[in-house]
Amino acid sequence: MSKPQKQIHLAAHFPGVNNTTVWSDPEAGSHIEFSSFAHFARTAERAKFDFLFLAEGLRLREQGGRIYDLDVVGRPDTFTVLSALAAVTDHLGLTGTINSTFNEPYEVARQFASLDHLSGGRSAWNVVTSWDAFTGENFRRGGFLPQEERYSRAQEFLATAHELFDSWRGDEILADPAVGAFLRDAKAGAFSHTGQHFDIHGQFNVPRSPQGRPVIFQAGDSEEGREFAAAEADAIFSRHATLDAGRTFYADVKGRLARYGRGPDELLILPAATFVLGDTDAEAQDLAREVRRQQVSGATALKHLEFVWNRDLSGYDPDGPLPDIDPDVGEHHIARGRAQVRMYRDPLATAREWRERAAANNWSIRDLVIETGNRQNFVGSADTVARTIDELVQADASDGFILVPHLTPGGLDVFADTVVPLLQERGVFRTEYEGTTLRDHLGLAHPDDRTGARHAS
Amino acid sequence: MSSTPPAPLHLAVALDGTGWHPASWREPVARPRELFTAGYWTDLVAEAERGLLDFVTIEDGLGLQSSHFLEPDDRTDQVRGRLDAVLVAARIAPLSRHIGLVPTAVVTHTEPFHLSKAVATLDYVSGGRAGVRVQISARPADAAHFGRRTLPHIDGYETPGARESVTELFDEAADYVEVVRRLWDSWEDGAEIRDAATGRFIDRDKLHYIDFESRHFSVRGPSITPRPPQGQPVVSSLAHWTVPNQLVARQADVGYITPHDAEQARATLAEIRAEQRAAGRSAETVHVFADLVVFLDDEQTTAEARRDRLDSAAGEPYTGDARIFAGTPAQLADLLEEFQSAGLTGFRLRPAVLGHDLPAISRSLVPELQRRGLFRRAYEADTLRGLLGLPRPANRYASGPDGREPAPEPVAPAASRAATA
Repeated sequence: MSKPQKQIHLAAHFPGVNNTTVWSDPEAGSHIEFSSFAHFARTAERAKFDFLFLAEGLRLREQGGRIYDLDVVGRPDTFTVLSALAAVTDHLGLTGTINSTFNEPYEVARQFASLDHLSGGRSAWNVVTSWDAFTGENFRRGGFLPQEERYSRAQEFLATAHELFDSWRGDEILADPAVGAFLRDAKAGAFSHTGQHFDIHGQFNVPRSPQGRPVIFQAGDSEEGREFAAAEADAIFSRHATLDAGRTFYADVKGRLARYGRGPDELLILPAATFVLGDTDAEAQDLAREVRRQQVSGATALKHLEFVWNRDLSGYDPDGPLPDIDPDVGEHHIARGRAQVRMYRDPLATAREWRERAAANNWSIRDLVIETGNRQNFVGSADTVARTIDELVQADASDGFILVPHLTPGGLDVFADTVVPLLQERGVFRTEYEGTTLRDHLGLAHPDDRTGARHAS
Repeated sequence: MSSTPPAPLHLAVALDGTGWHPASWREPVARPRELFTAGYWTDLVAEAERGLLDFVTIEDGLGLQSSHFLEPDDRTDQVRGRLDAVLVAARIAPLSRHIGLVPTAVVTHTEPFHLSKAVATLDYVSGGRAGVRVQISARPADAAHFGRRTLPHIDGYETPGARESVTELFDEAADYVEVVRRLWDSWEDGAEIRDAATGRFIDRDKLHYIDFESRHFSVRGPSITPRPPQGQPVVSSLAHWTVPNQLVARQADVGYITPHDAEQARATLAEIRAEQRAAGRSAETVHVFADLVVFLDDEQTTAEARRDRLDSAAGEPYTGDARIFAGTPAQLADLLEEFQSAGLTGFRLRPAVLGHDLPAISRSLVPELQRRGLFRRAYEADTLRGLLGLPRPANRYASGPDGREPAPEPVAPAASRAATA
């Protein structure tokens, strides 16, 4: 028995502060000027993508006690740039990453409700938590949270925001001069929340927005993160873009939904994915190798090694052999303000393995970092990439992808022009937007139309 | 009268709901059901830009509007609910070309780090037309929306206890603006170098920790957003008495005051100028605008009749902090000239009914002022600072000619500033 063909969801991650963005390319434009964001958003909308995605980092990253200067540095305020993008697009969803540790529910809820009104129902919130007092130094209330409290605070933050979104039902504004009533109900927006992290009450001052609530994304990969997503999220920004890892993650998370009375279509799995396109597969492979060399300069390679060694390696030659000394296995102090360092759980073993591989292949430090670093997820001709994406989605490795181009702002153009038409020909990607809201694009029900009302308790 | 031509005036318009009269939403021109749509705000700003106005302000607040001083009022017969003003301004920015966009931001419960990057980003998306109007909130109900502190109930600014409590909020606001401004400067111009040879995207010697500490908060910096196009977007603030006047004098580029006649304007202006000198800002331009609520019609009797009709619909005469004008564009131009002679450099007009009085400003008042040589005939600058005659300021952290970094301006702790009130 054959399953019906799944429709693919596609989104675009604005390149920026990460190690995949190639800023040194002659084609690379500004990461801060609005024209770059407008170009990128218009391309995504021309390609009928579901949404644009913005990441966030609230403290400039540091390494060795100094601001990290080898990647793109600097980004705009998420809400502000998304609201401006609502003016230059008509259908594209607008997803912003907003931290629940360094914000208050009332303010974030009114910003998302406002964005949803101003975009005609296209807002989405990627709820993240933060882990460090380092970032907290930029905020009046600090923000350091022990690991075990991060999700409990995030969960209560989101639940509280939902109470605020739901404090207006949508029928309160009468605006009828004949009877002299603007509001139907003087208590519109009334809310009261008492919990471990928030104790707030009063009246919310933004009427119900077109989507009721923004679409909720979750990005964490931990056990708590997966459970949080299964309970609360509409979509997951995942890192598992390959067939096996993707299928495992997909089955795991979708398998958790029934416990919350949710169906498998109520949570979309959307991994981040990089790509390099060429006229032929061989040309794309060559190009991909070139891009990886652009992404990993000698200086970047040394800094990358420092994540594992947890030591200052600035004295080493990136074109020479790996350090003989072992990593410092003490508390991590070399890099701050990024999640990446948490990925190397056993630095001694990693260092041993890397030394062996480098020796066996005669790799320099830079070669090693390039070869062991993340390869682009999709490399090939447009035909190959379209087929690969379709196969991954049909095999339940994901419901689609959040594409991360390596060039700003034109890195999405060639994908839009060559891969999207092939996906459309295959009948697995929309040729026109069918609805107006992001919920429409993602096939998610409006919160008021859901049966079971899981948030009603 | 002097024979030298009068200096041109600056004109701003204050956007709030359907207008400043509480019954304005009942007017056929009001579009009250569209208040929460982007199109409504886009149209208003287009109308203001048609009139070549310097900027629009957009009101905001962290609670429902109320007719009471600092308490919710449970009324259903007036406009209630609003959108975040910074986001409204950002939504309009790509659809306008010249006019300044000045959202209101409450500084009592929010984070200066967030506001600084939000206004910097507004400056980027508008190509250098951003400002902000900072506002405190003394409403206990707003404090309960955040649950981080309780504010005492006060009935006005007259009692010593109330003044003390509000002075504390203004002290915090002054620190807040200081942090916002330092963060705007925390990246020097040209910090982004994209040096492929060394692999460096930025010159990190041109990024600066702001290390602000006061009894209200501490913020480390630098901002995550590079220095905005204007360097320092325009900061403005409304003032009704000494302590807010000091905030204007010490931290703002534009202050709004509410004189009811030229004499009051002179007195307040003298106080602000004295504070400005005391703050060492004599060399800087600090505009002081008068706020006026306006009913504009071709005949004075028509404007007054409209005001009466709206007052009776509201069930009570509309009063407020600002003087209420009802008359013709020529009469309003006379009044503006009279206030100008007291030393004011501009006006923030609060249209009683936006759908009526905003077009009256852009299509009747502005031509009248142009005829008198008091207002621009075309936009003469690309940035809001440019329209206001403010230079793009030097960066407080930029290296001097000898390459050494100057020490940041020392800032008196808030407590000592309060003591000078």
